[in-house]
Amino acid sequence: MTRRASTLIAVQPRRPPFGVWDAVAIVLILGALVILAEAARGVALPLGALDETPISLDPGNLPGYAARTALRMITALALSLLFTFTYATLAARSRRAEQVLVPLLDILQSVPILGFISVTIVFFMSLAPGRVLGAEFAAVFAIFTSQAWNMAFSFYQSLRTVPDDLVEASRCFRFGAWMRFWRLDVPFAMPALVWNMMMSMSGGWFFVVASEAITVGDTTVTLPGIGSYIALAIAQRDLVAIGWAIGAMLVVIAIFDQLMFRPLVAWADKFRFDQGTGAPPPTSWVLSMVRGSRLVRMAAAPVAAAMRWSYRLSPKGGGAVAGRERTTAQSSLGDRVFTAVVLVAVAVAIWQIVRYVLAGVPLSEIATALLLGLATMTRVFVLIAIASLIWVPIGIKIGLAPRLARIVQPIAQFLAAFPANLLFPIAVSGIVAFRLDPNIWLSPLMILGTQWYILFNVIAGATTIPGELRDVATNLRVRGWLWWRKVALPAVFPFYVTGAITASGGSWNASIVAEVATWGNDRLEAAGLGSYIARATEAGDYHRVVLGIAVMSAFVVIINRVFWRPLYLWAERKFRLG
Amino acid sequence: MESAVLLDVQGLRKSFPRPDGGELLVLDDVNLRVADGEIVGLLGRSGSGKSTLLRLIAGLSRPAGGAVSYLGKRVEGPPPGVAIVFQSFALFPWLTVLQNVEIGLEALGLPAAAIRQRALAAIDLIGLDGFESAYPRELSGGMRQRVGFARALVVHPNILLLDEPFSALDVLTAETVRTDFLDLWQEGKLPIKGVVLVTHNIEEAVQMCDRVLLFSTNPGRIIGEIVIDLPQPRDRLDPMFTALVDRIYVAMTARQEQPQRRPTRMGMDRLPGTGIDTILPEVSTNLVSGLLERLAAAPYSGRADLPDFASALHMEVDDLFPIAETLQMLRFVEVEGGDIKLTEDGTDFASAETDVRKHLFGRNLLAHVPLAGHIRRVLDERAHHTAPKGRFLDELEDHMTPDVAEQTLRAVTSWARYGEAFAYDDHNQTFSLENPA
Repeated sequence: MTRRASTLIAVQPRRPPFGVWDAVAIVLILGALVILAEAARGVALPLGALDETPISLDPGNLPGYAARTALRMITALALSLLFTFTYATLAARSRRAEQVLVPLLDILQSVPILGFISVTIVFFMSLAPGRVLGAEFAAVFAIFTSQAWNMAFSFYQSLRTVPDDLVEASRCFRFGAWMRFWRLDVPFAMPALVWNMMMSMSGGWFFVVASEAITVGDTTVTLPGIGSYIALAIAQRDLVAIGWAIGAMLVVIAIFDQLMFRPLVAWADKFRFDQGTGAPPPTSWVLSMVRGSRLVRMAAAPVAAAMRWSYRLSPKGGGAVAGRERTTAQSSLGDRVFTAVVLVAVAVAIWQIVRYVLAGVPLSEIATALLLGLATMTRVFVLIAIASLIWVPIGIKIGLAPRLARIVQPIAQFLAAFPANLLFPIAVSGIVAFRLDPNIWLSPLMILGTQWYILFNVIAGATTIPGELRDVATNLRVRGWLWWRKVALPAVFPFYVTGAITASGGSWNASIVAEVATWGNDRLEAAGLGSYIARATEAGDYHRVVLGIAVMSAFVVIINRVFWRPLYLWAERKFRLG
Repeated sequence: MESAVLLDVQGLRKSFPRPDGGELLVLDDVNLRVADGEIVGLLGRSGSGKSTLLRLIAGLSRPAGGAVSYLGKRVEGPPPGVAIVFQSFALFPWLTVLQNVEIGLEALGLPAAAIRQRALAAIDLIGLDGFESAYPRELSGGMRQRVGFARALVVHPNILLLDEPFSALDVLTAETVRTDFLDLWQEGKLPIKGVVLVTHNIEEAVQMCDRVLLFSTNPGRIIGEIVIDLPQPRDRLDPMFTALVDRIYVAMTARQEQPQRRPTRMGMDRLPGTGIDTILPEVSTNLVSGLLERLAAAPYSGRADLPDFASALHMEVDDLFPIAETLQMLRFVEVEGGDIKLTEDGTDFASAETDVRKHLFGRNLLAHVPLAGHIRRVLDERAHHTAPKGRFLDELEDHMTPDVAEQTLRAVTSWARYGEAFAYDDHNQTFSLENPA
C-alpha cells in the first residue's frame, strides 16, 4: 500500500505555492464582493431615496446600473434553482404530488407573467414597507417567474429518466435520500439543467426591462438598472442612450457567458450520460482557473467534507422499498379521496377568480376579452407561420454547413437573449412616419425576440441529419422541391415543432408589451388581449388585469393541449431519426 | 450446516399488476438456499424471472408472497452485506474509477482515510492499477466490469449477486474477467462468503457454479437442480464438462407431460402455440431462413445436437431458444431430447425460392399461430377488411403485460408481412388485408 501512495503523490505535477490562476481567482472574488456590497447598500435604503437620485441617462452610470441588474438576475436564477430542486424533486418522488404539481407547472408556464407584475408588486412592497427592498423583491420575482418553470420541467424530466440500473446501484449501496439527490439525481440532470439555465437567463432579459420601472395606477417605482435606463431613454426619445444601453447589455451578456455559462457548460460535460465521443469537449478559461487554483481547491475541500458528513446524518437508504412500487388495490381508495380533494380545491379557486372578476367587470366584457384573445391568437399564428417560412429553409441550409452552424448558433442564442423591447422605438417611429396601421404593423414586435428559437432549433435539427442520409439523397439525385419535401423538412420537423412551441409561448407573453408601444409622446396600440392587459395595468384596474390574465392563460393552455402537444407527439413518432 | 446458510428463500412469489386490475405472475414458489462458500447459478431464458429473483434477494423490490431471509433475518429493504454486479455495469459516468469504487464506502459513512485505503486495495486486487483517475467512458467493457466488481467487493459483502455480469462483454474478454474472478475466489482472496450468479449461458454456469438451478418461463419456477462437483479450474473440453452442458440442454428443452394450470406459457415443455394468449418472441424472418438453411445443409442434414448447433452458430440460450421455438410453432422443426430436426415443411422451406418460402411461411403462420389466424379471421369477417391495432392489443393485455402484448403483436405483424398473410399500417394503427398496390 505504501508503494501505491508514493506513486499517487508523484503523479501530481509540482506547482508553485501561489500560481497565476490563484491571482486571477482572487481578483474575480474581490470584484464580486465589491459589487455585492455596493448593491446591498442600495437595497437597504428607504424608498424615498430612489426619488432623490433619479435615473440619469449619463452613460457613466451604466456600469453601476448594469451591476444592479445583473445581481437581480443572478438572485432570481439562484431562487429558480432552489425552486427547481424542491418542486421538481417533490413531483418526481411522490405520485400524488406529481398529479397536482406537473399540471400546475404547465399552467404556470402559460400565465403571462408580464401582466402579473402589477398584482405581485403590491404584495412584495408590503413585505418591506417603505424600503427599496420590497420593490427589489417584486423585480426579482418577475425575473424568477420567467426563469423557473422550464428549469423545473427539465429537472423533473431528468429525475424521471435516471437509468434504472444506477438507481438500483445506489439503493443497493444504501445511499440515503440526501446522498442520492446529490450524487445521482443532480449530476444526471446537470447537462439539461445547465442548458435550461442559459435559456432562462436569455428569457429573463425581456422581463428585466419590464420589471425595473413599474407603474401601477399612481405609484411608479423606478429601480436603478438597465431596464429603468431604457424606459427613461424611450420616454425622452434619446436614441444615443438606447445605443449605450444596448452596448451595456452586450457587455453584461458576454460577462455572464464567460464567467458563468461557459464554465458551467464545460464542467457539465462530464455529466453527459451518452458515452460516445463526438465533438471536442467544450473548454473554458474560468474552469481551468478553478481547477488549476490551489486556493479554490483549499476553499472547496471543507465544502466537500461537509457534504460527505451530511450524507452520514441523513437517514439511511434501504429501509423501505421504493414508494412507486405499490399494488393497485392498496392505493385506489386513497387516490380517489385525493383526486376529490384536488377537484374541490380547483373548483373553489375558479369560483374565487370568477367572483373577483365579476365584482369589477360586467359579464359582457368577458366576451370582449375572448374576442381580443382571438385577435392576438391570429397574430401569433400568422407570425409563427411567417417566421417559419423564413427561418426553416435558412436554418436547414446553415445546419448542413457545420462550420457556418458553429458561428451562427451562438449568435442566434444571443439574439434570443436580446430584449426586443429595445427595438420598439425604431418600430414606433417608422409606423408613425409612414402612417401604417398599428393593428398589423405592431404585430411583428411580438415575434422579434422569439423567432430565434425556431432558427436555432432547426439548425440543431439539420446538424443531426446523418451524412449517409444526405449521401443517399445526392446519389439518387433527389433535388429541388423533392429534396426539401422528402429529406430536409421531415428530418428537422420534430426540432422545428419544439422551437415553434417555445416561440409561440413567448409571443403570447410578449404581446403584453408589444401591442402597446410608446416612443416619447407617440403611443400606438393594436387591438388584442395584450394591450387589454397592459391598459388595465396602467389604470391599476386589477379586476380587468385578472380577467385578461385568466383568458390568456386559458388560450395558451388550450392551444398547447389541442394543437402543439399532439403535433409534437405525432412529429416524434413519425419523423424521429433512428 | 444449518448455521452456514447465508441466504434462505422460501415460497417466493412475485407478480406485477395488470392495467385491468389483475395480476401477472412472474415468479412462483421459488425455494433456494445459499450456503457459505457456494456459487449458485440461476439459469433460464429471458422472461424466466431470474433477474427479478435477484432483485428480490437484494431487497430492491418486494415479493407478493413468501420470504427472503439473509443470515436468519427477513429482507425488507437492501440489507447491508449484499452487493450487486450489474449486466450494464451501472457505473456513474461522472465519477472516476476511484470515485466509483469509493462511493459505496462513502454511503457507509467511513472516515476519508479508511475509504481511500480500502478502495485502493480493491482496485489493486481486481487489477485496475493505473486506471484510478480514468472515467468509465475511457474504459473498455472488460475494464468497466472490473470497476463494477471492485465497487461491489469494496464494501466487503457477505453475498455477491452477479446479474449476467459477462453477457455485455465479447467472448474473449468475458472469459478473461471470468477466470480472473474464479481464481481470486478459489484462492480465498475475495471478502465474500457466497455468490449468486444469474446467467443464460449454460457453459458459463457449468464453469462457475457449484450448483445450478434451472428456471422455466412464464411464470418463473425452478424446474431442476444440477450439482456440479467438477474440480476448479474446469476445462471446457473435458468430457465431464460437455456431458453436463448436454444434460442441462436436455433438461431445459424437455417436454413436461403433466398438463399445465395456465394456458399462457409457451415453451418447449409443451406443444406451443395453442391459444391467442401465447407470448410470441420477436424473431426475424431472416434468422428463420438462415437457421433452416444451415440445418438442412451438411454436416447436419436436417438434424443437429442443440448445444453443438448453438456453439457453431455462436448463439446462447437466449438467442437460440426463441428461434427454435418459433420454428417449432410453425412446424418447420421438432425439438426433442436436446436435438433439433427439420420437418417435411422445414425441408421444403429450406430448398425453396423466396416466393415459395413466403407462401409456405404464410400458410403455416395462419394455420399454427392462433393469434395470426385470429387476426386474419377478424379481417375476413369485416366488410371493409380492416381492424384497429388497439382491438387486438386489448385482447392480449388480458393475458400479458402491455409491453409484452406490444412485442407479441409486433412479432406477429412482422411474420404476417413476410408471409403476406395480412398488412399493417402503423400510421393509422390498423390491420388490413390490402397491401399497397
